[in-house]
Amino acid sequence: MAILAAGSPAPDFSLSSTPDQRVSLSDFRGQTVVLAFYPADWSPVCGDQMALYNEMLGEFRRQNAQLLGISVDGVWCHAAFAADRKLHFPLLADFEPKGSVARQYGAYRETEGVTERALFVIDAEGIVRWSYLSPVGVNPGADGIFDALDALATKGTRS
Amino acid sequence: MTLRRPVSELDHIAGDADAPLTLVEYGDYQCPHCAAADPLVRAAQKALGRDLRFVFRNFPLTEMHPAAEPAAEFAESAAVQGKFWQAHDAIFAWSRRHGPPSLGPDAFAAIAQSLELDGAQLEEDIENHRYLERIRDDFNGGVRSGVNGTPSFFINGTRFDGGADELADALRALL
Repeated sequence: MAILAAGSPAPDFSLSSTPDQRVSLSDFRGQTVVLAFYPADWSPVCGDQMALYNEMLGEFRRQNAQLLGISVDGVWCHAAFAADRKLHFPLLADFEPKGSVARQYGAYRETEGVTERALFVIDAEGIVRWSYLSPVGVNPGADGIFDALDALATKGTRS
Repeated sequence: MTLRRPVSELDHIAGDADAPLTLVEYGDYQCPHCAAADPLVRAAQKALGRDLRFVFRNFPLTEMHPAAEPAAEFAESAAVQGKFWQAHDAIFAWSRRHGPPSLGPDAFAAIAQSLELDGAQLEEDIENHRYLERIRDDFNGGVRSGVNGTPSFFINGTRFDGGADELADALRALL
């Protein structure tokens, strides 16, 4: 199954980010959202990818973009991972029913039961403006995300 | 993947401006892999001689490596005292000898002393983050070029995905 392409409405979701907090995509209407699906907390490549994004939160903020990480790990696992890596952005638990949000974005790996390594830039109106499916073992970096954010800014669709 | 920010006079460059080969590294002074790659870069420089110029740009992962940014500030401050490469080499050498976690004010003081740098000036520069903007510029430029971790190498503007031990051969093959 292909991941959602540019132009598709981004399916709304509401997932736990901590044991007592939930985050919905619609919370960020009026803002750009960078949704980063990654296969698992703790695996070395993901660690690097999330560590990299963690360093760019200032840049994302400048672009009025909210970064959300998402995997099938549970909230306690996310909490331990975020504390260990000093991550300062929400990690969402697509945990129960497992992978249901990832499936809606075409970003679920049935055989392994984990999410793909897939990136989505969603505009202020909730439309996917850019998406990218990375080989699962490769840290995709952030150049594509920033190119997409630049394109949004140029079009003036960003609030 | 290509290098979006061309090498310029703002960069730290070792080697001839008209060398046919340019190696750009995005590195983090507290990253163990960068410390391990450093002698291999030096070996490539030795092997290629005047055919290679080497450029180092900062890519500190500050949350993971709390001393990476101060170390970069140290090296940038040393650059103003005319000793960038000495500081760069000494920081990585320190990291290899004592381990990356040992980098910090004591290490910087020892390195400053051994390189006969003006320690008070270094401390002041680091404290006032005098060269932080340049370091962040390096970082952001790297992100735009697809740098996803450290060390990341570009040979003549093209991303090199092999190991640091393969650098010398990969460079020689382009001559």
